[in-house]
Amino acid sequence: MEFFRLKRDIPFMRHALIFNLISFATFALAVFFLATRGLHLSIEFTGGTVIEVGHAQAPDLEKIREAVGRLGYAETQVQNFGSSRDVMIRLPLTKGENPAQQSDKAMQAVRSVDPLAELRRVEFVGPQVGGELAADGAMALLFVVIGIMIYLAIRFEWKFAVAAIVANLHDVVIILGFFAAFQWEFSLAVLAAVLAVLGYSVNESVVIFDRIRENFRKMRKATPREVIDNAITATASRTIITHLSTEMMVVSMLVFGGPALFYFALALTIGIVFGIYSSVFVAAAVAMWLGIKREDLVKPLKKKDGEFEIVP
Amino acid sequence: MNRYAAWKYLLMALAFVAGLLYTLPNFFGEAPAVQVSPGKATVKLGSDMPERIRKALEQAGVTERGLSIDLNSIRVRLADTDTQLKAKDVLQRALNPDSADPSYVVALNLLSASPRWLSEVRALPMYLGLDLRGGVHFLLQVDLKQAALKRYDALAGDARTLLRDKNLRHAGVSREGESLRIRFRDAETRQKSAEMLRGNLPDVEWTEQVEGQDLWLAGKLKPEAEKRSMENALKQNISTLNNRINELGVAEPIVAQQGAERIVVQLPGVQDTAKAKDILGRTATLEIRMVCDAPEESASIASGTVPFGCERYLERGGIPVVVRKQVLLTGENLTDAQAGFDSNTQEPAVHLNLDPKGARIFRDVTRESIGRRMAILLVEKGRGEVVTAPVIRSEIAGGRVQISGRMTTEEANDVALLLRAGSLAAPMEIIEERTIGPSLGADNIRKGFHSTIWGFVAVTAFMMAYYMLFGVISSLALATNLLLLIAVLSMLQATLTLPGIAAIALTLGMAIDSNVLINERIREELRNGASPQAAISAGYDRAWDTILDSNITTLIAGVALLVFGSGPVRGFAVVHCLGILTSMFSAVFFSRGLVAMWYGSRRKLASLSIG
Repeated sequence: MEFFRLKRDIPFMRHALIFNLISFATFALAVFFLATRGLHLSIEFTGGTVIEVGHAQAPDLEKIREAVGRLGYAETQVQNFGSSRDVMIRLPLTKGENPAQQSDKAMQAVRSVDPLAELRRVEFVGPQVGGELAADGAMALLFVVIGIMIYLAIRFEWKFAVAAIVANLHDVVIILGFFAAFQWEFSLAVLAAVLAVLGYSVNESVVIFDRIRENFRKMRKATPREVIDNAITATASRTIITHLSTEMMVVSMLVFGGPALFYFALALTIGIVFGIYSSVFVAAAVAMWLGIKREDLVKPLKKKDGEFEIVP
Repeated sequence: MNRYAAWKYLLMALAFVAGLLYTLPNFFGEAPAVQVSPGKATVKLGSDMPERIRKALEQAGVTERGLSIDLNSIRVRLADTDTQLKAKDVLQRALNPDSADPSYVVALNLLSASPRWLSEVRALPMYLGLDLRGGVHFLLQVDLKQAALKRYDALAGDARTLLRDKNLRHAGVSREGESLRIRFRDAETRQKSAEMLRGNLPDVEWTEQVEGQDLWLAGKLKPEAEKRSMENALKQNISTLNNRINELGVAEPIVAQQGAERIVVQLPGVQDTAKAKDILGRTATLEIRMVCDAPEESASIASGTVPFGCERYLERGGIPVVVRKQVLLTGENLTDAQAGFDSNTQEPAVHLNLDPKGARIFRDVTRESIGRRMAILLVEKGRGEVVTAPVIRSEIAGGRVQISGRMTTEEANDVALLLRAGSLAAPMEIIEERTIGPSLGADNIRKGFHSTIWGFVAVTAFMMAYYMLFGVISSLALATNLLLLIAVLSMLQATLTLPGIAAIALTLGMAIDSNVLINERIREELRNGASPQAAISAGYDRAWDTILDSNITTLIAGVALLVFGSGPVRGFAVVHCLGILTSMFSAVFFSRGLVAMWYGSRRKLASLSIG
């Protein structure tokens, strides 16, 4: 079986401008949502208490909301979590009250509605931890970006490093844009997914760059544009197949993983789909705009006298 | 050209067998067990304990299925949960005659049900995290500033006492923030005092200061002393927590330092968080009283009656001691207790530091009672225990007390620990809490397992359909990757969490990438007219560079998560990083070996089964 038997190179780069405009538009949209709506941060970042309660039958959310509302917290959330029988209650941080009392009070409120409710999970995060986690997350992102850029700059060339990072940060911003637009909960797990996708998507760019370098050696008379077109066409099959198989795994997590893994898998799903797009249409195009040349990659070797050289 | 050397096949076989061996224990599940561990810092599991347990169970007619002995606990394997409960009751009664004051923790636990020969080669199942087995996790922040202030208060008292004893006149000792200030009227006294204080309080750095008309001596703890006192404070809090948690009867509690000023407490299986929090926050008190040993009192004790104004307590080891009801000093007056050695005899000793008030009372009491005994009691939940009851040899002034005589170093350590463990060195606050119910834990395992398996099935089905035989080989390589990853995690005894399971699934999804890369490359070589054998060889060689590059970039992200991530993210990152490493081995080295086995020896190969 073979899906892609491409006889001729597809002239991707001829339409580079259009692709870049599309990217820019999605990027701008993502930034817009991030700026106007912001991320719906989980309590891991904001601090607070989350209680998950299991019921034998689907309870009346309104009644629970009322009962929890009577506790007098400034901002509470009561919603279904995973199934209609599981309810998640989120309480804000309050000064001078310890988390045990908070979860006990909330549990009493729930039991006043359904006496058989089962406490499935409590999570409390104090204000000290939340800020730290956000800072650590930012540090991790920075570390990944710098690490990958250094590696690519050593292995290839700085233009590729810049192109790959631009392409993949564009993915990251778009994933965040989705989370802002739909107000999905952004938790530590989602952050981990975003970083994993960042590392993974760079793969795609690396595969294409590898091929570009090889082509510069083999296709001595071709223009950079032709070289890039050929590299993308030659790797297209592989790009799509690998993403497809990774996506299968991730979708399986999305379907079977339950609510605990849902947003994690969702971030991966979006990230992988946009990863294909950005590696094919964005990274190479950025490298082209930066003026990638044969001389950048195929370094003329200085031969010492009497040394043999083997050219592939 | 595609044949592997014998040692490579051997390596493949070895890796596969090792993978199988270490993955195996995870499939046997867990068997019910009862765990016995010391309930107090002073109680040790004696070498006769296994025999005692066996006898007690035998007498009650409970059949055990083997004992496993650790450094700090003995676990008895049992047939089912009914016998488990019965055995727990039996042991509770046999080992703790006084149920109000248990010496041993007898807790329900689970043991790996894998056969003994597996445990003997250290093939143990992965440890399940709290989100998979249920339990409570607390992160506590220790207020070290409070501990430092307490320490300075104590030092101020020491300085005051020392100056008075040496008849050096000063115009006031005070603590200002985290420093000591002593005012003097003349330079000569200040000079003498500085010398004396430097000699007697070596942990403090003293500097002379002049402010207007006043002469000052300012004291600040030396950095290493300050660091030591912070570490001690944290250690004391940890040991206090450990003592308290022992009462909860948790099978495998974790109390560990995290960073410079935090403590993690994990209690697997505990559901009642309110009780756990109550116990973590409770304080024990230390009391110093006199032993009732006046002649007429001794006579009435000998005849079996407790004299008026006295109470009977048990000393460690079970010897009864009768002490007065009057409390002379409490733990509040004790600023520190350290194990050490007597400076003259080099015998093990415990050094106590009392605050000024304590020092004064102690001096008065000791002056009047030379030759008599004094008892130090630890009172917790209204129950007292005599930690030690030394004889007073001389008047002790200055608030520094030494307890020595017929003690081993270990006993000295235990006593010092107990004296300190009475209270927390610094207040603590819960800054993170996570409780997972057992049903949710089981749910999480099932869901994580299903997502991995179905994803795996989908990927391998697709690979086989798309790449034919090479797809089968890729799938085998992927299965090997899963096997090796689980084996490595089991070998490292890593804690598996739900994010960890997600990382296994994700890593498998990413690992297939390498095989797709190789297979596509082989197809391309074939298309360009290479012979089948040459195509295989070129395919693997050319794909290797790309595989390395892409795995390193993924690894960079994994390492970042490992370094900066905390809690659940770290669990994800560990598995992710290990998975990338095992995938390089299985996807390239292992799959090539399989290809070599199938095609390597065929000279005249017309075509490859690669779809």
